Parts: sequence; C-alpha cells; structure tokens
Amino acid sequence: MSVLVVVECAEGEVKKSSLEVATYGARVAAMLGTTATAIAVGEATEASLAKLGEQGITKVLYDAEPRLKDFVNNAYTKLIATAAEQEGVQVLVLANSNIGASVGSRLSVRLKASLATNVVELPKTDGGQFVVKRGAFSGKAFSDVVLSGDRKIVAVKKNSLEARHEAGKTAEVVAFAAQLTDADFADAPKQVVMQEQTGGVLLPEAALVVSGGRGMKGPENWHLIEELAQALHAGTACSKPVSDVDWRPHHEHVGQTGITISPNLYIACGISGAIQHLAGVNSSKVIVVINKDPEAPFFKAADYGIVGDVFDVLPKLTAAVKELN
Amino acid sequence: MKFLVCISNVPDTTTKISFTPDNKEFNKAGVQFVINPWDEYALTRAIELKEANAGSTVTVLNVGEADTEPNIRKALAIGADDAIRVNAAPQDAFFVAEQIAAVAKDGGYDVILMGKESIDYNGFQVHGMVGELLGIPTVAPAMKLDLAGTTATLEREIEGGKEIVEVSTPFVASCQQPMCEPRIPNMRGIMTARTKPLKVVPPVGDPARTQVAEFALPPKKQGVKLIDAANAGELIKLLRNEAKVI
Ligand SMILES: Cc1cc2nc3c(=O)[nH]c(=O)nc-3n(C[C@H](O)[C@H](O)[C@H](O)COP(=O)(O)OP(=O)(O)OC[C@H]3O[C@@H](n4cnc5c(N)ncnc54)[C@H](O)[C@@H]3O)c2cc1C
Repeated sequence: MSVLVVVECAEGEVKKSSLEVATYGARVAAMLGTTATAIAVGEATEASLAKLGEQGITKVLYDAEPRLKDFVNNAYTKLIATAAEQEGVQVLVLANSNIGASVGSRLSVRLKASLATNVVELPKTDGGQFVVKRGAFSGKAFSDVVLSGDRKIVAVKKNSLEARHEAGKTAEVVAFAAQLTDADFADAPKQVVMQEQTGGVLLPEAALVVSGGRGMKGPENWHLIEELAQALHAGTACSKPVSDVDWRPHHEHVGQTGITISPNLYIACGISGAIQHLAGVNSSKVIVVINKDPEAPFFKAADYGIVGDVFDVLPKLTAAVKELN
Repeated sequence: MKFLVCISNVPDTTTKISFTPDNKEFNKAGVQFVINPWDEYALTRAIELKEANAGSTVTVLNVGEADTEPNIRKALAIGADDAIRVNAAPQDAFFVAEQIAAVAKDGGYDVILMGKESIDYNGFQVHGMVGELLGIPTVAPAMKLDLAGTTATLEREIEGGKEIVEVSTPFVASCQQPMCEPRIPNMRGIMTARTKPLKVVPPVGDPARTQVAEFALPPKKQGVKLIDAANAGELIKLLRNEAKVI
C-alpha cells in the first residue's frame, strides 16, 4: 500500500507543477499513514530528484533510458504502471497537464483505478470514503467526487496548492528499469518544437499572468504586455479573437476553448470579460481588469480595476513595478 | 477510411451554471444544449479528411438519452454519414469510454476522433481510456491531423511547445484548436440529415467508477476596488501590500 507521485522533469529540473504534485502526494501519504514514492519522467539530474525530499518524498524511482526524455505515451504509461505495481500503489498522483491527462487516463484502465482530473484540494477521507474536490463546467463550478475501488488516480490542477520546501531534506534516488522495448516507443515523437515564452515563463505554470484582448488593437502593441510581464516575471496570455487572427500564438489563448489557468494574479488588458473567457480564468486568486469601458462585464469578476486606456495605463504599471523592485 | 467521431451534448457556452436544490445535479431548466465546442473540431476535421479520401465514411457517436438527438442530427447536417446513440445517461468518463470502445470494436473504425474534453465535466480522460480499452495509440491533445494512407501525422500540444507524432491506424486523437475551422450546417445539409440513419443501441460494460457527491458554485467576489487611471501605479502597491500577490 503506498502513494506514488509522477513528477515531470525538463532540462534536468523538476517542473514547478510537479513540486506541487509531490507535496500533494506526501500529504495524502501522511493522511493514509504511509510514505510517498515518486516516479520521475523526462530529463532529470540526480540532485534535482533528491531535492524532492523537501516536498516530503522519501524515494524517487528513475529510469535513465534516453528515449524517455520526450513524452512517449505508451512508454510512459508502461513505465508508470510497472512502478505502480511494484509499489503496490493505492493512490497515484499526477499533474493535470497534457502528460498527466494522457497517461492518467490510460493508467486508470490498466490499473483498474478510478480517476479524477482537475483536482483542486486535498482529499477528504472520512468514513472510509475518498472524496476530492475538482473544477467543473470550465471553472464555473466545483464538484465533490467520490472515487470508488481500491486504487485511485488524482490529477492535481496547477497552482492549487503551494509546494512545501523543507530545506535540507533529501529523497533516496533509486535506479528503475521498466524493461521497455522498441515497440513501446512506436509512438515516440518525430520532432519536438519548443515555442519562445515571454520572459521564459511557461503560461500553464505561471503564478502571475498578464493577458491582452482585442483592446490591444494589434500585435505591434504587445510589447506593452510583454514589458509588464517581464517586470513581474509573469507569463503572457490572450483572448480567443486575438489568437484567431494570429496576433498571438494559439497556446496563449485562455478560456472555455483555450487553456484554463488559475494563477495567483491575472491582469486582463483590453478584454471585455465574455463568459467564455471568464470560464478559463475566474479561478485566479486575484483578478485585475484594465478596460476603458466602465460597463465591461469583466469588472464584475475583478478584485481590482482601472477604468482607462491600456496604452496610457500599462506603461505606468510597468514603471511602478520597476520602482518597487 | 472509417472515421468515428464522438460528440457530447453540453450546455451552451453562455449558460449560467446552477444546480438542483440538493446540489446533486446540474439544473437543465431553460438551458440550451449544443455540440461540445471541442468536438466540432473533431467532426469538421473528419469530414475534411473524408472529402479528401474517396470512399471514406464518418459516423458520429453519442452516449446520451433521446434528448441529445437534435445535436446528433446537427452533426449529420454538418456532413457525417450516419449516427449511433448509446441509450444511456453518461455517468462518468469511464462509463462513456466503455460505450465508445464497444461500438468501435464492433465497427472496425480506422480513426476515432473526439474533442479534448467536454466543457461541462472537463474530464480530459475519455481519449486515453478508449485507446487503452482498444489497445491502440492515443494522441492528446492534437492540434493538427494529416493522413497519408494508413499513416497519420499529428501535432500534439505539450506545455511550451509541440510534438510531431506519427501513428498508424487505428488510433484515437482528442482534438483542439487550431485543427480546422468548425463548419455550420447549411440548408441542404439540414434537409438530408433528416433521412440519414441514426441507430440506437443499449449500453454495455461496468458501472461508473466515480460518483458526484455534490456540486458547488465558487464563492462570490467581494466587488471590484477601482483605482484612478491617473494614479495607476497605486495598483502595484496594493497588489504587494494588500493582496500580497507580487
Ligand atoms: C463556443 C465559444 C467558445 C469561446 N471560447 C473562448 C475562449 O476560450 N476564450 C476567449 O477569450 N473567448 C472565447 N470565446 C469568445 C468570447 O465570447 C469573446 O468574443 C471574446 O472573449 C472577446 O475577446 P476580447 O475581450 O479580447 O474582445 P472584445 O469583446 O472585442 O473586447 C475588447 C475590449 O477591449 C476594450 N478596449 C478597447 N480599446 C481599449 C483601450 N484602448 N484600452 C482599454 N480597453 C480597451 C473594450 O472596451 C472591450 O471591452 C468563445 C466564444 C464561443 C461562441
């Protein structure tokens, strides 16, 4: 009986969302009176894996097979399933990411486990039940879901809980070989293309986000968004019409048909706040809206607002951040 | 090529969400239902690929009760050839995946497409479950799909970039933007859709593995604090000292 956490790594480091997932897994293990083991996927250094001790992980399994550097659905699924069987897993925790969703759903069938994605809180385990709270209706609601059966898989939404950092604690890193064959790599990517991110901050992982809508008037004005984002070390996002006309790449589009984010701070510049846009951002902890129309619906969902012209307001905000730093 | 496109029936994107008094179910009263927006990408791309590959067919599949038929007919009007409805209320992602896998197994489909997730329960799970139940590859979420014979080339979104993946049929893909421009039905499509076959089949498989205990709405916002545009810099101080987010 154990808790197994899937940690995603890139360029040698554990991703921020996986530090959150590791913390979640360690807390669940404590609730169940057991320990949390991690299985690392992607490219990781031993030192970065050992540091998962700071999140409460006791042991990290790592398969150094070089073809596992990039995501391969079949191979990752087999790797994690093998680790899960070896560890006698009761609860498997992963990130609600594209990797987490891809392998989590396959694993739920392979391990005969019940699965909840988009989970935003630690489980409640009163009365022998295992109940998790998850986002539903594209961020417009939540649901408490009972996971039945002996095995459970939980995919934790990014920024839902803060990663613990207990300085000095280390995890034991153990070599792990899932005996993967060439057939397991049949769906390996032919090519991986990374996009340039503003200030190097990945939008799905960003704690702070500066976002622009049609009110920005054109791509030539995006430097105003980028300058504020850079000063804040924030990611950048946009509304759907902005990506539809290619002012910004699709992967920055947030909302009902874009990505759903829940950063600590979301700054919306020249965005009206249509219900489909709100669906993707309204679980942000603090929302700031800058719009010249005082009747813009977004003000109803905002914590702070400025009724004004983005071309006048944004440079002032950037200057104020620089002054503060 | 035989395409199977899975569509779900979801509340229109402008719907204000509410629940029954016991908070156990979504309140359908007065709500208009549409084809899940993500599924429209799957449907349109399947129709485009059918048009490019002579002799192909597109079947739409929905797990739902009789009230979903208007949207199944809409999918037929957009250009699908026939439809199957598994006559059951969708209980959870696993239950739905079992129904899809059962239909797919019997039908010999080459390409199974669906949207990334449904905009109501936001599971983002069915694709992988179907792939695993059938023992075939899944690509999720896919932003681009091309076919050459039995080889498909897909672009799969990863955080911060994309992977180019090649798989052989049969496979499952869950679709998202910018796969194609979703189509709307025209008059001729609407007329012909009425006579296209819609088969109703009973559900199979095991019971659901998850149950919703309760729904809840997010807590109400306190109301917006407005800052004068002339002193916009004030906002940054509030974000640091009051909201403590920077
Ligand atoms: C099925 C479906 C799915 C959808 N999914 C999404 C989604 O995922 N994400 C999404 O964003 N949208 C989505 N939409 C679209 C959504 O309904 C809105 O059309 C969209 O969000 C509007 O984008 P916007 O606010 O940037 O543009 P607009 O609605 O044009 O608003 C621009 C705003 O900028 C303000 N403005 C203009 N100039 C200035 C200035 N100089 N200074 C300050 N403010 C200014 C205006 O007052 C206005 O409020 C979807 C729609 C449908 C039907």
